[in-house]
Amino acid sequence: MKKVFLAVTLVALAATVYFALAVTPPRENQGGEAVRLLYLHVPTAWLAYLAFAVTAFASLLWLVPRTRRPEWDLLAGASAEVGVVFTALMLVVGSLWARPTWGTWWEWDARLTTTAILFFLYLGYLALRRTGATSDERGKRCAIAALVAFADVPIVHFSVTWWQTLHQPGTVFNERLDVKISGSMSATLVLAVAAFTLLYAYLTMERFELAKLEEGREEREVQRAIAERVASEGAVTA
Amino acid sequence: MRFLRDLALVAGKDLRIESRSRVALQQILPFGVIVVVMFAFALDADREFLERAAPGLFWIAVLLAALLAVGRSFSVEEANRARDGLRMSSLDPGAIFAGKAAAIAVELFVLEAVLGVAVVVLYDVSFTDVLLLACAAFAATVGLAATGTVYGVLAGGLRARETLVPLLVLPAVTPVMLGGTRAFQAALGLADDGWAWVQLLCAFAVLAVSAGIVAFGPLLEEA
Repeated sequence: MKKVFLAVTLVALAATVYFALAVTPPRENQGGEAVRLLYLHVPTAWLAYLAFAVTAFASLLWLVPRTRRPEWDLLAGASAEVGVVFTALMLVVGSLWARPTWGTWWEWDARLTTTAILFFLYLGYLALRRTGATSDERGKRCAIAALVAFADVPIVHFSVTWWQTLHQPGTVFNERLDVKISGSMSATLVLAVAAFTLLYAYLTMERFELAKLEEGREEREVQRAIAERVASEGAVTA
Repeated sequence: MRFLRDLALVAGKDLRIESRSRVALQQILPFGVIVVVMFAFALDADREFLERAAPGLFWIAVLLAALLAVGRSFSVEEANRARDGLRMSSLDPGAIFAGKAAAIAVELFVLEAVLGVAVVVLYDVSFTDVLLLACAAFAATVGLAATGTVYGVLAGGLRARETLVPLLVLPAVTPVMLGGTRAFQAALGLADDGWAWVQLLCAFAVLAVSAGIVAFGPLLEEA
Protein backbone atom coordinates (compact mmCIF):
# COMPACT_ATOMS: atom_id res chain seq x y z
CA MET A 1 0.00 0.00 0.00
CA LYS A 2 2.71 2.42 1.04
CA LYS A 3 4.83 1.43 -1.95
CA VAL A 4 1.94 2.22 -4.29
CA PHE A 5 1.52 5.57 -2.60
CA LEU A 6 5.22 6.30 -3.00
CA ALA A 7 5.14 5.25 -6.66
CA VAL A 8 2.19 7.55 -7.39
CA THR A 9 3.96 10.43 -5.59
CA LEU A 10 7.16 9.92 -7.59
CA VAL A 11 5.29 9.74 -10.89
CA ALA A 12 3.40 12.94 -10.05
CA LEU A 13 6.64 14.69 -9.11
CA ALA A 14 8.34 13.53 -12.32
CA ALA A 15 5.39 14.78 -14.35
CA THR A 16 5.60 18.13 -12.53
CA VAL A 17 9.30 18.42 -13.36
CA TYR A 18 8.61 17.65 -17.03
CA PHE A 19 5.73 20.10 -17.37
CA ALA A 20 7.45 22.83 -15.38
CA LEU A 21 10.71 22.65 -17.33
CA ALA A 22 9.66 21.61 -20.83
CA VAL A 23 6.03 22.47 -21.49
CA THR A 24 5.24 25.77 -19.79
CA PRO A 25 6.50 29.02 -21.35
CA PRO A 26 9.03 31.42 -19.74
CA ARG A 27 7.74 34.89 -18.76
CA GLU A 28 9.66 38.01 -19.64
CA ASN A 29 8.44 40.27 -16.84
CA GLN A 30 8.74 37.56 -14.18
CA GLY A 31 12.43 36.82 -14.48
CA GLY A 32 12.23 34.85 -17.74
CA GLU A 33 13.06 31.22 -17.10
CA ALA A 34 13.02 31.91 -13.37
CA VAL A 35 9.22 31.99 -13.46
CA ARG A 36 9.41 28.19 -13.40
CA LEU A 37 10.20 28.54 -9.70
CA LEU A 38 6.49 29.26 -9.37
CA TYR A 39 5.80 25.52 -9.57
CA LEU A 40 8.02 24.96 -6.56
CA HIS A 41 7.22 28.11 -4.63
CA VAL A 42 3.43 27.91 -4.53
CA PRO A 43 3.23 24.24 -3.45
CA THR A 44 5.83 24.69 -0.69
CA ALA A 45 3.93 27.72 0.61
CA TRP A 46 0.64 25.82 0.61
CA LEU A 47 2.20 22.82 2.32
CA ALA A 48 3.86 24.90 5.02
CA TYR A 49 0.47 26.24 6.05
CA LEU A 50 -1.22 22.84 5.67
CA ALA A 51 1.46 21.16 7.80
CA PHE A 52 1.13 23.71 10.61
CA ALA A 53 -2.66 23.49 10.50
CA VAL A 54 -2.39 19.70 10.85
CA THR A 55 -0.01 20.21 13.79
CA ALA A 56 -2.47 22.57 15.48
CA PHE A 57 -5.41 20.24 14.87
CA ALA A 58 -3.58 17.17 16.15
CA SER A 59 -2.45 19.15 19.22
CA LEU A 60 -6.05 20.15 19.89
CA LEU A 61 -7.16 16.52 19.65
CA TRP A 62 -4.43 15.59 22.11
CA LEU A 63 -5.51 18.26 24.58
CA VAL A 64 -9.19 17.29 24.61
CA PRO A 65 -9.36 14.43 27.14
CA ARG A 66 -11.94 12.47 25.16
CA THR A 67 -9.80 12.26 22.03
CA ARG A 68 -6.40 12.09 23.74
CA ARG A 69 -4.11 9.47 22.21
CA PRO A 70 -0.30 9.50 22.14
CA GLU A 71 -0.48 9.22 18.35
CA TRP A 72 -1.84 12.77 18.03
CA ASP A 73 1.28 14.14 19.69
CA LEU A 74 3.52 12.15 17.35
CA LEU A 75 1.52 13.27 14.32
CA ALA A 76 1.77 16.91 15.43
CA GLY A 77 5.54 16.56 15.68
CA ALA A 78 5.91 14.74 12.36
CA SER A 79 3.80 17.29 10.52
CA ALA A 80 5.64 20.24 12.07
CA GLU A 81 8.98 18.78 11.06
CA VAL A 82 7.92 18.40 7.45
CA GLY A 83 6.32 21.85 7.62
CA VAL A 84 9.55 23.47 8.77
CA VAL A 85 11.41 21.85 5.87
CA PHE A 86 8.84 23.20 3.40
CA THR A 87 8.94 26.64 5.02
CA ALA A 88 12.72 26.73 4.65
CA LEU A 89 12.35 25.64 1.01
CA MET A 90 9.76 28.33 0.41
CA LEU A 91 12.11 31.01 1.81
CA VAL A 92 15.06 29.78 -0.27
CA VAL A 93 13.05 29.44 -3.47
CA GLY A 94 11.36 32.80 -2.89
CA SER A 95 14.76 34.38 -2.43
CA LEU A 96 16.12 32.78 -5.62
CA TRP A 97 13.11 34.03 -7.53
CA ALA A 98 13.27 37.51 -6.01
CA ARG A 99 16.83 38.04 -7.23
CA PRO A 100 16.14 38.08 -10.99
CA THR A 101 12.64 39.57 -10.61
CA TRP A 102 13.14 42.36 -8.07
CA GLY A 103 16.93 42.57 -8.06
CA THR A 104 17.30 41.70 -4.36
CA TRP A 105 17.46 38.49 -2.38
CA TRP A 106 15.14 39.78 0.29
CA GLU A 107 12.42 42.37 0.54
CA TRP A 108 10.56 43.27 3.72
CA ASP A 109 7.35 42.27 2.08
CA ALA A 110 4.58 41.28 4.50
CA ARG A 111 4.33 37.69 3.27
CA LEU A 112 8.06 37.08 3.25
CA THR A 113 8.47 38.55 6.71
CA THR A 114 5.56 36.61 8.17
CA THR A 115 6.98 33.43 6.65
CA ALA A 116 10.36 34.06 8.23
CA ILE A 117 8.75 34.59 11.64
CA LEU A 118 6.66 31.46 11.10
CA PHE A 119 9.84 29.53 10.39
CA PHE A 120 11.39 30.61 13.68
CA LEU A 121 8.19 30.01 15.65
CA TYR A 122 8.10 26.37 14.56
CA LEU A 123 11.83 25.94 14.85
CA GLY A 124 11.29 26.80 18.52
CA TYR A 125 8.44 24.30 18.67
CA LEU A 126 10.70 21.55 17.30
CA ALA A 127 13.42 22.49 19.78
CA LEU A 128 10.85 22.18 22.57
CA ARG A 129 9.95 18.70 21.31
CA ARG A 130 13.54 17.54 21.50
CA THR A 131 14.05 18.41 25.16
CA GLY A 132 13.86 15.18 27.11
CA ALA A 133 10.66 14.62 29.04
CA THR A 134 8.19 11.79 29.47
CA SER A 135 5.84 11.44 26.52
CA ASP A 136 2.83 12.73 28.48
CA GLU A 137 4.71 15.74 29.77
CA ARG A 138 6.10 16.48 26.32
CA GLY A 139 2.69 16.02 24.74
CA LYS A 140 1.13 18.61 27.01
CA ARG A 141 3.85 21.22 26.65
CA CYS A 142 4.09 20.78 22.90
CA ALA A 143 0.35 20.77 22.29
CA ILE A 144 -0.04 24.06 24.12
CA ALA A 145 3.02 25.53 22.40
CA ALA A 146 1.65 24.51 19.00
CA LEU A 147 -1.70 26.14 19.66
CA VAL A 148 -0.11 29.33 21.01
CA ALA A 149 2.15 29.51 17.94
CA PHE A 150 -0.78 28.90 15.60
CA ALA A 151 -2.83 31.64 17.30
CA ASP A 152 0.13 34.00 17.10
CA VAL A 153 0.53 33.70 13.32
CA PRO A 154 -2.50 35.85 12.34
CA ILE A 155 -1.47 38.63 14.77
CA VAL A 156 2.09 38.55 13.45
CA HIS A 157 0.80 38.63 9.89
CA PHE A 158 -1.54 41.51 10.66
CA SER A 159 1.10 43.61 12.38
CA VAL A 160 3.71 42.92 9.71
CA THR A 161 1.27 43.77 6.92
CA TRP A 162 0.36 46.99 8.64
CA TRP A 163 3.98 47.89 9.28
CA GLN A 164 4.82 47.16 5.67
CA THR A 165 1.97 49.21 4.19
CA LEU A 166 2.94 52.17 6.38
CA HIS A 167 6.52 51.98 5.24
CA GLN A 168 6.36 51.36 1.52
CA PRO A 169 2.92 51.63 0.04
CA GLY A 170 2.31 50.13 -3.39
CA THR A 171 5.52 48.22 -3.87
CA VAL A 172 6.57 45.90 -6.63
CA PHE A 173 4.92 43.02 -4.90
CA ASN A 174 1.56 43.49 -6.44
CA GLU A 175 3.25 42.60 -9.66
CA ARG A 176 4.14 39.24 -8.24
CA LEU A 177 0.65 38.55 -7.00
CA ASP A 178 -0.52 39.09 -10.54
CA VAL A 179 1.55 36.51 -12.33
CA LYS A 180 -0.85 36.08 -15.24
CA ILE A 181 -1.43 32.39 -15.37
CA SER A 182 -2.92 30.72 -18.35
CA GLY A 183 -3.34 27.34 -20.03
CA SER A 184 -0.42 25.04 -19.44
CA MET A 185 0.80 27.15 -16.54
CA SER A 186 -2.30 26.75 -14.41
CA ALA A 187 -2.53 23.04 -15.23
CA THR A 188 1.11 22.57 -14.21
CA LEU A 189 0.53 24.52 -11.03
CA VAL A 190 -2.42 22.31 -10.06
CA LEU A 191 -0.32 19.24 -10.81
CA ALA A 192 2.57 20.60 -8.76
CA VAL A 193 0.35 21.32 -5.76
CA ALA A 194 -1.14 17.83 -5.96
CA ALA A 195 2.26 16.14 -6.32
CA PHE A 196 3.76 18.03 -3.41
CA THR A 197 0.73 17.36 -1.23
CA LEU A 198 1.26 13.64 -1.87
CA LEU A 199 4.91 14.10 -0.97
CA TYR A 200 3.90 15.86 2.25
CA ALA A 201 1.52 13.05 3.16
CA TYR A 202 4.16 10.43 2.43
CA LEU A 203 6.91 12.17 4.41
CA THR A 204 4.62 12.83 7.37
CA MET A 205 3.49 9.21 7.39
CA GLU A 206 7.08 7.97 7.35
CA ARG A 207 8.13 10.38 10.06
CA PHE A 208 5.12 9.42 12.16
CA GLU A 209 5.96 5.74 11.94
CA LEU A 210 9.57 6.42 12.80
CA ALA A 211 8.48 8.42 15.86
CA LYS A 212 6.25 5.55 16.91
CA LEU A 213 9.12 3.09 16.62
CA GLU A 214 11.32 5.42 18.66
CA GLU A 215 8.68 5.60 21.39
CA GLY A 216 8.35 1.81 21.38
CA ARG A 217 12.09 1.37 21.69
CA GLU A 218 12.30 3.70 24.67
CA GLU A 219 9.42 1.88 26.30
CA ARG A 220 11.09 -1.51 25.77
CA GLU A 221 14.41 -0.27 27.11
CA VAL A 222 12.76 1.01 30.27
CA GLN A 223 10.95 -2.30 30.73
CA ARG A 224 14.18 -4.25 30.24
CA ALA A 225 16.05 -2.05 32.73
CA ILE A 226 13.30 -2.59 35.30
CA ALA A 227 13.36 -6.34 34.71
CA GLU A 228 17.16 -6.45 35.11
CA ARG A 229 16.97 -4.42 38.28
CA VAL A 230 14.28 -6.66 39.75
CA ALA A 231 16.26 -9.76 38.81
CA SER A 232 19.51 -8.47 40.38
CA GLU A 233 17.74 -7.37 43.56
CA GLY A 234 16.06 -10.76 43.72
CA ALA A 235 19.49 -12.41 43.46
CA VAL A 236 20.85 -10.25 46.32
CA THR A 237 17.96 -10.94 48.69
CA ALA A 238 18.10 -14.63 47.84
CA MET B 1 -11.68 38.54 44.59
CA ARG B 2 -9.73 35.44 45.49
CA PHE B 3 -8.06 35.72 42.10
CA LEU B 4 -6.78 39.20 42.92
CA ARG B 5 -5.62 38.16 46.37
CA ASP B 6 -3.68 35.20 44.93
CA LEU B 7 -2.26 37.42 42.19
CA ALA B 8 -1.02 39.93 44.75
CA LEU B 9 0.49 37.15 46.87
CA VAL B 10 2.50 35.66 44.00
CA ALA B 11 3.55 39.04 42.58
CA GLY B 12 4.51 40.19 46.09
CA LYS B 13 6.59 37.06 46.62
CA ASP B 14 8.52 37.50 43.35
CA LEU B 15 9.09 41.21 43.94
CA ARG B 16 10.20 40.57 47.50
CA ILE B 17 12.74 38.02 46.25
CA GLU B 18 14.02 40.60 43.76
CA SER B 19 14.19 43.37 46.34
CA ARG B 20 16.23 41.14 48.66
CA SER B 21 18.46 39.35 46.13
CA ARG B 22 18.88 42.50 43.98
CA VAL B 23 19.55 40.40 40.88
CA ALA B 24 17.12 42.43 38.78
CA LEU B 25 18.46 45.71 40.08
CA GLN B 26 22.15 44.93 40.00
CA GLN B 27 22.32 42.68 36.92
CA ILE B 28 19.36 43.03 34.58
CA LEU B 29 19.06 46.81 34.83
CA PRO B 30 22.75 47.54 34.13
CA PHE B 31 22.60 44.99 31.30
CA GLY B 32 19.81 47.00 29.64
CA VAL B 33 21.78 50.23 29.98
CA ILE B 34 24.98 48.74 28.56
CA VAL B 35 23.01 47.44 25.56
CA VAL B 36 21.84 51.02 24.91
CA VAL B 37 25.46 52.20 25.14
CA MET B 38 26.65 49.42 22.80
CA PHE B 39 24.14 50.48 20.15
CA ALA B 40 25.84 53.87 20.08
CA PHE B 41 29.17 52.14 19.39
CA ALA B 42 27.61 50.00 16.68
CA LEU B 43 26.10 53.04 14.99
CA ASP B 44 29.20 55.17 15.42
CA ALA B 45 27.42 57.59 17.77
CA ASP B 46 25.83 59.33 14.79
CA ARG B 47 23.42 61.68 16.64
CA GLU B 48 20.95 62.06 13.83
CA PHE B 49 20.78 58.36 13.13
CA LEU B 50 20.59 57.44 16.80
CA GLU B 51 17.65 59.75 17.29
CA ARG B 52 15.83 58.17 14.38
CA ALA B 53 16.64 54.62 15.51
CA ALA B 54 16.03 55.32 19.22
CA PRO B 55 12.51 53.76 19.46
CA GLY B 56 13.64 50.49 17.89
CA LEU B 57 16.87 50.32 19.87
CA PHE B 58 14.95 51.04 23.07
CA TRP B 59 12.60 48.11 22.47
CA ILE B 60 15.42 45.74 21.50
CA ALA B 61 17.14 46.58 24.79
CA VAL B 62 13.87 46.00 26.67
CA LEU B 63 13.30 42.67 24.86
CA LEU B 64 16.77 41.38 25.70
CA ALA B 65 16.43 42.42 29.34
CA ALA B 66 12.93 40.90 29.46
CA LEU B 67 14.40 37.54 28.41
CA LEU B 68 16.72 37.73 31.39
CA ALA B 69 13.85 38.72 33.69
CA VAL B 70 11.76 35.75 32.50
CA GLY B 71 14.70 33.37 32.96
CA ARG B 72 15.25 34.75 36.44
CA SER B 73 11.56 34.49 37.36
CA PHE B 74 11.57 30.76 36.58
CA SER B 75 15.01 29.87 37.88
CA VAL B 76 13.71 31.10 41.24
CA GLU B 77 10.99 28.44 40.99
CA GLU B 78 13.49 25.70 40.16
CA ALA B 79 15.53 26.22 43.33
CA ASN B 80 14.45 24.14 46.33
CA ARG B 81 11.62 22.74 44.20
CA ALA B 82 9.63 25.90 44.78
CA ARG B 83 7.61 24.98 41.71
CA ASP B 84 6.14 22.02 43.61
CA GLY B 85 5.27 24.32 46.48
CA LEU B 86 3.49 26.66 44.10
CA ARG B 87 1.63 23.74 42.54
CA MET B 88 0.41 22.43 45.89
CA SER B 89 -0.39 25.83 47.36
CA SER B 90 -4.07 25.71 46.30
CA LEU B 91 -3.65 29.14 44.74
CA ASP B 92 -5.66 29.69 41.56
CA PRO B 93 -3.28 28.69 38.67
CA GLY B 94 -4.52 31.59 36.55
CA ALA B 95 -3.69 33.94 39.41
CA ILE B 96 -0.23 32.40 39.78
CA PHE B 97 0.34 33.17 36.10
CA ALA B 98 -1.00 36.71 36.45
CA GLY B 99 1.09 37.27 39.58
CA LYS B 100 4.33 36.12 37.99
CA ALA B 101 3.60 38.15 34.85
CA ALA B 102 2.74 41.20 36.97
CA ALA B 103 6.03 40.94 38.86
CA ILE B 104 7.96 40.76 35.57
CA ALA B 105 5.93 43.70 34.23
CA VAL B 106 6.76 45.82 37.31
CA GLU B 107 10.46 45.04 36.86
CA LEU B 108 10.21 45.97 33.19
CA PHE B 109 8.45 49.27 34.01
CA VAL B 110 11.37 50.25 36.24
CA LEU B 111 13.80 49.15 33.53
CA GLU B 112 11.94 51.14 30.88
CA ALA B 113 11.97 54.28 33.01
CA VAL B 114 15.74 54.02 33.42
CA LEU B 115 16.32 53.14 29.76
CA GLY B 116 14.04 56.00 28.75
CA VAL B 117 16.26 58.43 30.63
CA ALA B 118 19.35 56.79 29.14
CA VAL B 119 17.95 57.13 25.62
CA VAL B 120 17.01 60.77 26.16
CA VAL B 121 20.45 61.60 27.52
CA LEU B 122 22.63 59.45 25.26
CA TYR B 123 20.71 59.61 21.99
CA ASP B 124 19.50 63.18 22.38
CA VAL B 125 15.81 62.55 21.74
CA SER B 126 12.85 64.59 22.93
CA PHE B 127 9.30 63.35 23.28
CA THR B 128 6.32 65.30 22.06
CA ASP B 129 3.50 63.04 23.27
CA VAL B 130 4.08 61.66 26.74
CA LEU B 131 0.59 60.15 27.13
CA LEU B 132 1.01 58.10 23.95
CA LEU B 133 4.43 57.00 25.15
CA ALA B 134 3.10 55.87 28.53
CA CYS B 135 0.09 54.00 27.11
CA ALA B 136 2.21 52.23 24.47
CA ALA B 137 4.82 51.26 27.05
CA PHE B 138 2.14 49.92 29.41
CA ALA B 139 0.36 47.78 26.80
CA ALA B 140 3.61 46.52 25.27
CA THR B 141 5.04 45.60 28.66
CA VAL B 142 1.95 43.67 29.72
CA GLY B 143 2.00 41.73 26.43
CA LEU B 144 5.70 41.06 26.72
CA ALA B 145 5.55 39.95 30.36
CA ALA B 146 2.55 37.68 29.71
CA THR B 147 4.11 36.02 26.64
CA GLY B 148 7.39 35.57 28.48
CA THR B 149 5.61 33.96 31.43
CA VAL B 150 3.70 31.54 29.19
CA TYR B 151 6.91 30.35 27.53
CA GLY B 152 8.78 30.43 30.82
CA VAL B 153 6.46 27.85 32.37
CA LEU B 154 6.28 25.93 29.09
CA ALA B 155 10.03 25.38 29.20
CA GLY B 156 10.17 25.21 33.01
CA GLY B 157 12.13 22.31 34.46
CA LEU B 158 13.66 21.33 31.11
CA ARG B 159 17.39 20.94 30.73
CA ALA B 160 17.74 23.46 27.91
CA ARG B 161 15.42 26.05 29.47
CA GLU B 162 17.82 29.01 29.35
CA THR B 163 18.52 28.66 25.65
CA LEU B 164 15.03 27.57 24.67
CA VAL B 165 13.07 30.49 26.12
CA PRO B 166 14.67 33.21 23.93
CA LEU B 167 14.07 31.17 20.77
CA LEU B 168 10.41 30.69 21.73
CA VAL B 169 9.71 34.21 22.97
CA LEU B 170 11.35 36.42 20.34
CA PRO B 171 9.37 35.34 17.26
CA ALA B 172 6.17 35.32 19.30
CA VAL B 173 6.54 38.95 20.41
CA THR B 174 7.09 40.33 16.90
CA PRO B 175 3.87 42.39 17.22
CA VAL B 176 5.16 44.01 20.44
CA MET B 177 8.43 44.95 18.79
CA LEU B 178 6.67 46.44 15.75
CA GLY B 179 3.87 48.12 17.70
CA GLY B 180 6.10 49.49 20.45
CA THR B 181 8.58 50.88 17.95
CA ARG B 182 5.96 52.51 15.75
CA ALA B 183 4.08 54.01 18.70
CA PHE B 184 7.32 55.43 20.12
CA GLN B 185 8.22 56.85 16.73
CA ALA B 186 4.86 58.62 16.76
CA ALA B 187 5.48 59.89 20.29
CA LEU B 188 8.77 61.32 19.06
CA GLY B 189 7.02 63.00 16.17
CA LEU B 190 8.73 60.75 13.60
CA ALA B 191 5.54 58.99 12.47
CA ASP B 192 1.79 59.22 12.80
CA ASP B 193 -0.84 56.61 13.61
CA GLY B 194 0.61 56.01 17.07
CA TRP B 195 -2.72 55.31 18.78
CA ALA B 196 -3.65 52.67 16.24
CA TRP B 197 -0.50 50.78 17.23
CA VAL B 198 -1.42 51.17 20.89
CA GLN B 199 -4.70 49.41 20.05
CA LEU B 200 -2.76 46.56 18.48
CA LEU B 201 -0.53 46.35 21.54
CA CYS B 202 -3.61 46.25 23.80
CA ALA B 203 -5.18 43.48 21.71
CA PHE B 204 -1.96 41.48 21.89
CA ALA B 205 -1.73 42.00 25.65
CA VAL B 206 -5.33 40.85 26.19
CA LEU B 207 -4.75 37.72 24.09
CA ALA B 208 -1.46 36.87 25.78
CA VAL B 209 -2.93 37.30 29.27
CA SER B 210 -6.00 35.20 28.44
CA ALA B 211 -3.88 32.46 26.86
CA GLY B 212 -1.68 32.41 29.94
CA ILE B 213 -4.58 32.23 32.41
CA VAL B 214 -6.11 29.31 30.50
CA ALA B 215 -2.89 27.38 29.83
CA PHE B 216 -1.05 27.89 33.11
CA GLY B 217 -3.02 25.38 35.17
CA PRO B 218 -2.35 22.33 32.98
CA LEU B 219 1.28 23.40 32.44
CA LEU B 220 1.98 23.70 36.14
CA GLU B 221 0.56 20.27 36.93
CA GLU B 222 2.76 17.21 36.95
CA ALA B 223 1.96 15.05 33.96
